[in-house]
Parts: sequence; structure tokens; C-alpha cells
Amino acid sequence: MPAVSKGDGMRGLAVFISDIRNCKSKEAEIKRINKELANIRSKFKGDKALDGYSKKKYVCKLLFIFLLGHDIDFGHMEAVNLLSSNKYTEKQIGYLFISVLVNSNSELIRLINNAIKNDLASRNPTFMNLALHCIANVGSREMAEAFAADVPRILVAGDTMDSVKQSAALCLLRLNRTSPDLVPMGEWTSRVVHLLNDQHLGVVTAATSLITTLAQKNPDDFKTSVSLAVARLSRIVTSVSIDLQDYTYYFVPAPWLSVKLLRLLQCYPPPEDAAIRSRLTECLEAILNKAQEPPKSKKVQHSNAKNAVLFEAISLIIHHDSEPTLLVRACNQLGQFLQHRETNLRYLALESMCMLASSEFSHEAVKTHMETVISALKTERDVSVRQRAVDLLYAMCDRSNAQQIVAEMLNYLETADYSIREEIVLKVAILAEKYAVDYSWYVDTILNLIRIAGDYVSEEVWYRVIQIVINRDDVQGYAAKTVFEALQAPACHENLLKVGGYILGEFGNLIAGDPRSSPLVQFNLLHSKFHLCSVPTRALLLSTYIKFINLFPEIKGTIQEVLRSDSQIRNSDVELQQRAVEYLRLSCVASTDILATVLEEMPPFPERESSILAKLKKKKGPGALPDVEEVRKEKNTSVNGGVEPLGASATPPSSTDLLSLSSPTSLTPASTSSTAASLLVDVFSENHVPAAPGAPLGPVADDNFSRWASSVVSLCNVRKPLGGNCESPPAHKLSPRRFVCKNNGVLFENQLLQIGLKSEFRQNLGRMYVFYGNKTSTQFLNFSPSVICQDALKTHILLQRGTALCVRGAQLQQVLNIECVSEFVEAPILNIQFRYGGMLQNIAVKLPITLNKFFQPTEMTSQDFFQRWKQLSAPQQEVQKIFKAKHSMDPEVTKAKIIGFGVALLDRVDPNPSNFVGAGVIHTKMTQVGCLLRLEPNTQAQMYRLTLRTSRDTVSQRLCELLSDQF
Amino acid sequence: MLFRSSGHECPCSIRFILIQNRAGKTRLAKWYMQFDDDEKQKLIEEVHAVVTVRDAKHTNFVEFRNFKIIYRRYAGLYFCICVDVTDNNLAYLEGIHNFVEVLNEYFHNVCELDLVFNFYKVYTVVDEMFLAGEIRETSQTKVLKQLLMLQSLE
Repeated sequence: MPAVSKGDGMRGLAVFISDIRNCKSKEAEIKRINKELANIRSKFKGDKALDGYSKKKYVCKLLFIFLLGHDIDFGHMEAVNLLSSNKYTEKQIGYLFISVLVNSNSELIRLINNAIKNDLASRNPTFMNLALHCIANVGSREMAEAFAADVPRILVAGDTMDSVKQSAALCLLRLNRTSPDLVPMGEWTSRVVHLLNDQHLGVVTAATSLITTLAQKNPDDFKTSVSLAVARLSRIVTSVSIDLQDYTYYFVPAPWLSVKLLRLLQCYPPPEDAAIRSRLTECLEAILNKAQEPPKSKKVQHSNAKNAVLFEAISLIIHHDSEPTLLVRACNQLGQFLQHRETNLRYLALESMCMLASSEFSHEAVKTHMETVISALKTERDVSVRQRAVDLLYAMCDRSNAQQIVAEMLNYLETADYSIREEIVLKVAILAEKYAVDYSWYVDTILNLIRIAGDYVSEEVWYRVIQIVINRDDVQGYAAKTVFEALQAPACHENLLKVGGYILGEFGNLIAGDPRSSPLVQFNLLHSKFHLCSVPTRALLLSTYIKFINLFPEIKGTIQEVLRSDSQIRNSDVELQQRAVEYLRLSCVASTDILATVLEEMPPFPERESSILAKLKKKKGPGALPDVEEVRKEKNTSVNGGVEPLGASATPPSSTDLLSLSSPTSLTPASTSSTAASLLVDVFSENHVPAAPGAPLGPVADDNFSRWASSVVSLCNVRKPLGGNCESPPAHKLSPRRFVCKNNGVLFENQLLQIGLKSEFRQNLGRMYVFYGNKTSTQFLNFSPSVICQDALKTHILLQRGTALCVRGAQLQQVLNIECVSEFVEAPILNIQFRYGGMLQNIAVKLPITLNKFFQPTEMTSQDFFQRWKQLSAPQQEVQKIFKAKHSMDPEVTKAKIIGFGVALLDRVDPNPSNFVGAGVIHTKMTQVGCLLRLEPNTQAQMYRLTLRTSRDTVSQRLCELLSDQF
Repeated sequence: MLFRSSGHECPCSIRFILIQNRAGKTRLAKWYMQFDDDEKQKLIEEVHAVVTVRDAKHTNFVEFRNFKIIYRRYAGLYFCICVDVTDNNLAYLEGIHNFVEVLNEYFHNVCELDLVFNFYKVYTVVDEMFLAGEIRETSQTKVLKQLLMLQSLE
């Protein structure tokens, strides 16, 4: 006899469920459901008052129907009625219905909140738990508003039952996640931390989750949790005979709690206090020791629980990255797992070891496992395990083993799953470049890549090989010879043809001495493949031909004939036709000298970060594999800090300054060449030679320009298909300062995404339209923007989450309502998460919502102005700043800025006409602050004096900071 | 109601818990993040597609969108937990087993039909063990004691 009989008392429900299960078709099911819905409706509408039991039964049936996937549009009121029943089973069904079918009807919400309030106050632990679970499950803003004060109180009250404390802790966690602004920290913080000492391990378990989340946001407030967590962990891990009551799971003491404590400790650096630190080290050693002990049970549950703790301990060891012995021990332990018969363990060991590889202490130890990892590549059946093996090989690669690792990866690439090929290609290309001692090896490797997986070789990869060959004259001859040989294959990948065409066009002369690769042979070889290529490749080959005319005057006639043929000169493709016509013309009119100058060898590319690395980083997104050496260099910088910087929050570095002041078109040096012209275009339109911007136009650049200016300028139009952007331009850190005096503009831009803003403010309210533009040709998945702000501001986003932001050109608009509650300094942060190319992207930018946005301009006469000015004469009410002008001191611009700042510009108030005077009122929900300001320019000294008077010193201060930054 | 809907939500550990049978019928869906109904349905289908193609030689973990699914199969039922990529795989794998053992004890040799007919009780079991996307209680004794106490209430 089961402990729970089917249907348990609700016979009607059991019958109904059986009926549904017996339905032979979807139609029959729908028919049965409609019958039931009609029945329930009539019962609910009937004159006879339903008893609690029937209400419970019908509500439960509705819930069942909903869970089958049918819409339910009634019954909410009956469910809410159940909440006030004093029978547990009725209440439970009521709460369940509410939690599953959250309804936004505000009248209902009021009733629900009332019922919850009553239950929270009932002192009946069962009812309190039901209510807390409901808040935790729904977690809506209204609930946060209603219970943000009650929940912490219940959590820390001395007489609260343990099980209620558990629920309250997690309920608070949920509210903190959904509405952090409504759940202020404060008086209960230290009481919460002390829950780590609670007798009841269930309470500790729940509290640890809460503390970890809070500590991630406010590490300083929860610092004391470190010593308590270490003490707690130590009691679990190192004591031999401890009564853990019911918390031992398959002979492992409190595994989940141990994991949570170890995670909490990962919010902090290693403890500074020596005693705590050594106690923690003892714990970690004990955990590592236990892994070596014979298992206390053969059951997989035992080893899983034990290893869950072990892996978390290793994560902590890696996070601290300060104890060489522990790191090496961890590595050895993982090494054993690499050959374990459990696939799970092999997978997890590969994953953890990847992190260890980037620590200087354990990098060498990781390398000793190379052979095992290589064999995993060949033998593992689960593709995800193989992928981890590739990751690990990449992470452990250095100069000593690069040749072998690259060879193995190439080897694996032949049979690799399609899903991971592109990533492997990128990794091979990066490793080959990074650890190439001998560049002929590099060239061979890349050509092999193209041969094996040509389709997965992205533009970045083959652009890069060309950059390198052009920059290193020791490899040019070899490269020419190798591509020439590779092109002999009857079928070769188009990417090979591109590389081959380019390299022969530049360096074909280096192998022309050999009769087997004479100019004509080279030309015929390339041209034999011409007609099978796509337009961009054909365009590239045409350029090779004109370069050949310069390199090999002896085949000029042959090439001109080809250019002159109808299929070129009258090609229906504009690009090809234009090239054919212009190249032909160029070859006819230009003298040999001019030709030689115009078609000279490409100048070296400026050295810069490998564009492929940037691509891999982008592909991997945040949390990507750290570059071994970079990590070693920048030990303390966060590895998983995303690609995008937090939009200039602190004082921006000087380079950002430049950006923020000039027009949005100004770019950082690294991105100039990519945006202005793509690399391949550089070859043919040398006025785009990627000379360092800002460098004086030296003879080289000047010369380059003049020789192209006349005949071939139109070639500069050669666009996209030949070379997309090679570099991923860094996110343009557009400073929020630009928005102080204006409301519209581009807030953020990187290679993927552009964010534009339009906003309007009235009194203490504002509305901001945020436009997201996808700059790529692929969809962003799970695009979810969110806003974090301080209590002083309320923001509310009107946009459903998880929206895919579709392709290039498409824009997504989001509307943000803003309410200024009280004066503030910190701007809200817009957090954007989305998935692009398989990787999670994280972008955080400050929204340019500054206090002055809530200005209402006030017109007044000169007399009024000075009267008020005198009234605000207390020393703390006035803030004055004298500063140097950063821009030209044009009075019209200054006027516009002051008006943009939000105040009324008062004419003829100041006796000195060159001074500016303004007045306005800052509106917040709490209060209004009048503000007077005066700006005195001194054009001779290029200085300004700004004086602000308001009734609140903090407001004066803040406004002065904001405005003085604008001139 | 200007400030309804939870505009910004920090990540929690568990995004959702799903119990599905081989045919893809959902026996429990517990969501710890806000998804709209269409999105939920999509997730359910995707999880089913991802998990059912894997065999015993595969790991119990699958990357899934920006998350990962930790799953275990019991007879015809797949128990799946979707967590953050950085979460501890084995802890959640055993979290599933712990949950299953509780169900087994509570329903005396639990079978799929128990979950169908007592769906409203399964939610209670879940809430006892997992709350707000976090592990709430891990002691089987404590959970069962509490469940039996609730069972005795009217």
C-alpha cells in the first residue's frame, strides 16, 4: 500500500486524470477538457456556495488542465479564496495555483498579498512556509514591495522555526535578485552572516546561498562570512567524529553544504588572517587526502558526492592561485581522473585542468598529461569530452610542445565534429602563429588547415597568414613555392586560391626562375581555376593579374587579352567589370615606371594583436580560455571580464578622453584600418595604407596617395566581399559625459552591437528609448537587457526578455521609465546579455541618467535672481570651481550646453554680458531643489569660473561636477 | 502599476527543473526564472531533444544555450536540472538523486503514474528541497519527516 494513495482524497480529480489518459486522440482530450471546464464554470457560477473541498478539487483540476498546455482564464478568484482557508490542503492548492498561474490583475494581487501577510503573521510554521514559498516562487515586484521588510525580520527573529528560517533565507535571496533596490541591506546583515553558525545544517545550507549572492554584490559587507565559513567547513571536513545528524549522504558529510561554503569562499581572495588561512589550507588538504583514501562505498553516489566537494575545492585552489603545492596536488588528482572509467569524471577533470594550465604554478604539471589528453581526442565517444580535450591542449600549449599539439589538432580536425571545427581551426591558427619559430612551419600549418577544413577557415585566418608573409621577408619565397605546389591539386579550396592568388601576386617573382613555375605557368595555373570561383575571389585574382603585369612584363600581352575578353570587360558583375576595365586601361596607359610604383609590393602591416585571437575571444565570449601567457602576465586581472569595458565609469584614461570629446566617428588607432578600409583593399588602394593614424603624413603615405590619386581612385570602392573587418574594433567607450547636456545619441558601440538613446524628462520622471542595433548578420539569442540602479532611482523596463535580436539592420527598441526618488550620483547600469555565435556576451554600460536631467528651467528677472542668490549664501550652499577650458570657448556652444544642462539661460541678468547665468529646479519625488548658476569665462586665460548655489550642498556639488566637465 | 514585472534579475543557480518521459511528456516543470509560455514550451522541447539522444557512455552534462543541463535517467524518466555553466556538476547530479530517493520513499517505489496523479504533491516535495533556484534542504530524513507531517494535515 503506497504511502500516498492515488488522488488522495480527491477522487474526482483522479477520475478526471484517468479520463484524460484514456483519451485516444487529441480531439477526444480537448472534448473531455471542454466538458470539464464547462462543469467547473457552472459550479463556480452556481448559486450554491461551494465548500472548501470542492473548491480545492476544481481549482486543482484547472491547474492540471493548465499544465497540459491549455489556457485557463478563470478560477483565479476561487484560488485566492482558498488562500484564506485554515485547512492546509486547501491553502496549499490555492498557493500552488497562484504560483503556477501568476496573474497580473492588480485587484487579485492585493488579495493575494493580504492572504500572504496573514499567513506570515500566523505563527503557524506550515502556513508561514507556504506563504514564503509563494513569494519565492513568484518573486514579483509587488511582492517585493509588500514583504521586503517582513522577510528579513522573520529570518533573523529569535523564535522563528528552523524550517521557516530556511524558506525565509531563500525567499529573501529571490527578492534580492528580482528587486535589489527594494531589499536594502543594513541592520540584519550581521545577523544573517551569523546564520553560518546555526545549529541546524539545513538553515546553514540555505543561508550560505543567500550570503554568497549578497557577497557577490557587496563583498565588503559580508567579509566576516569568510572566517565563519572556514570554521564551518573545517568542522565538516576535518573532524573525524562529528554528528552531522541527517546530513551525511552515502558516507560523505554534508556534501552540498561543503560545496556551497567553498563557493562562498570563491567570492573572496585568500584570507589574510594567518590562522584562518592555515585552517582553510588544512581543509583543502583534507579534501585532497580523502580523494586518495579507498572509497567507503562502491556506489556511484558516494564517489560523486565526494568528488563534488573535491572539484569545488580545486576551483577554490585555482581561484586563490597562491599555493603551489595545492595546485600541483590538484593537478595530480585530476590527472588520475583523466583515465577514470567514469566519463563524467574524465570530462570534469579535463575542464578543471584547463584552468590549472593557466596558473604559472601548475602549468608544467598539467603538461605532463599531454599524451593522455591526446589519446582522449582519439578515443572519447562523447563529443563534449573531446571538445574539452581540445580546450585543454590549447591551454597547455607553449613553445616546448606546440609542434606536437598543433599536429595532433590538425590530425583530429580531419574527423572532428562539424560543430567544433571552426573553433579548432582558430585555435590551430593561433597556436601556429604564436609559437612559430620557423615561419615555414607556420605557412605549412595554415595551408594544411585550408586543405583539411577549408570551409571552416574564416577570413581572419587567411588574412592573417598574408599579413605575416608580407611582414617577414624570410618566408616569402617559401610561401610562394608552397602555395604554388598546393595549387597543383586538381581540386583545391577557394580559400587556398585566395591565399595563393595574393601571395603569387606579391611574391610570384621569387619562384619565377624555376621553369616549372615560370610566370606563364603561374598565370595559367591560377587562371585555370578562375571560372569556378565566386565573384570576390575572381576580383582578387584580377588584381593578381595586374600585379603580374608589373612583375612579369613578358606575359603582359596574355593578361591583357584575358582582361579584354568579353567575359571580363563586359562581365555582368559591376565589380569585376570595373576592375577589368580599369586594370586594362592602367596597363595600357601607364609607363613601366608608373606601373612599378603603383603596383609596388605591399608595405608591411603594422604589428598588432592577432585578429584571429580577437575572433576566438569573441567566439568564446566571457569566460573564454585565458591565453596562457597573458594570464601569467596579468595575474590579478580577472580572466572572465568580458570583452566590453564598463562604459567609462571612473576617470577615463586619456585615450578615452579623445574619443568622448570628438565626433563619434573618431576611432581608436587599432580599429581605424578595419573600419576605414579592409585589409585586402589596402593592397589595391594604397591611400588606405594602414599607417598609424595620428602619425604625421610622412613621405610614404603622401607618396602612396599621390600615385593612386589619379587613375585608380575608384578602386577604393572595392568593398566588403574582399575583406570584411579583420580586427574586431574595441568597443567604443563613448563616455556618458557626452549625454550630460543632450538626450540623444549613440551610447555604446562595438563590433556586434550599437546602442542608441533617445530620452525625455519631465519633472522627476523620465522616459528613455533604447535602440539596440545588431551589426552582425547573425541573430543574437536570448537578448536580455536589464538595469541595475540605486534606490534613489527607479527604473522599469518595458520589454520582454529572451528576445532574439535579429539580423543586421534590425533594431530592437526598449522603453525605460525612470523615476527620480531622491538626489543621486551613481548612474544606473544597463546590463546586456545575449548569445552570439554560440557564446554568451556581456555588456555593461552606464546609462547617462544624471541628476541634471530632472531640471525644470525657471525664468526670472535680474532682481529676482539676485535676491535668491543672496538667500542662498550659506557657505555650504555654494560650490565654486575654476577650471581650464578643454574646448574652444565659443559663447554659442556654451549657451547651448547650459540650456542642454536643463536650466533656463537668463539674459541680461549679469552685468557682464560675457557671463552666463541660469536657473532651474531639480525635481525628485521627495523634494525640489532650486538652483542658480553662473559661469564666467575668461578667454584670455582660457579658464572658466563656475558658481552654483542650491539649497542642498550635495546637489550643488554634484551639479558642479557634471557641468564643469562640459567646457 | 508602473513598476510591475521584474525588470532585472540576477542569475540564480537553477534555472529550471524538468521531469520528462522518453516520449517527451512533461511530468514536472519548475521554473526559477521568468519565461513566457512559448519560451517554456520551446525549452521543454529542446531539452528533450538534447537529452534523449545521449547514451550511457555520454556524460550526464550537456551544454544548453548559455547554461548546462545536468540530467539523470531513471527508467523511462529524465530528471533534468538546468544550471549556470559554472555550477558544480556533480553536486547537482547527486541533488537529482537525492530528490529521486525522497520521491521514492514518499510514494513507496515511485513510478511515473504517481507523478501524474499526485502532481500537486510533487510541487511540495520540490519546494521542500529546492527553493528560489537554490538547494534548500538536503537531509532526506528531515524532508520526509516534514512531508509526512504535511500529509497528516487536513
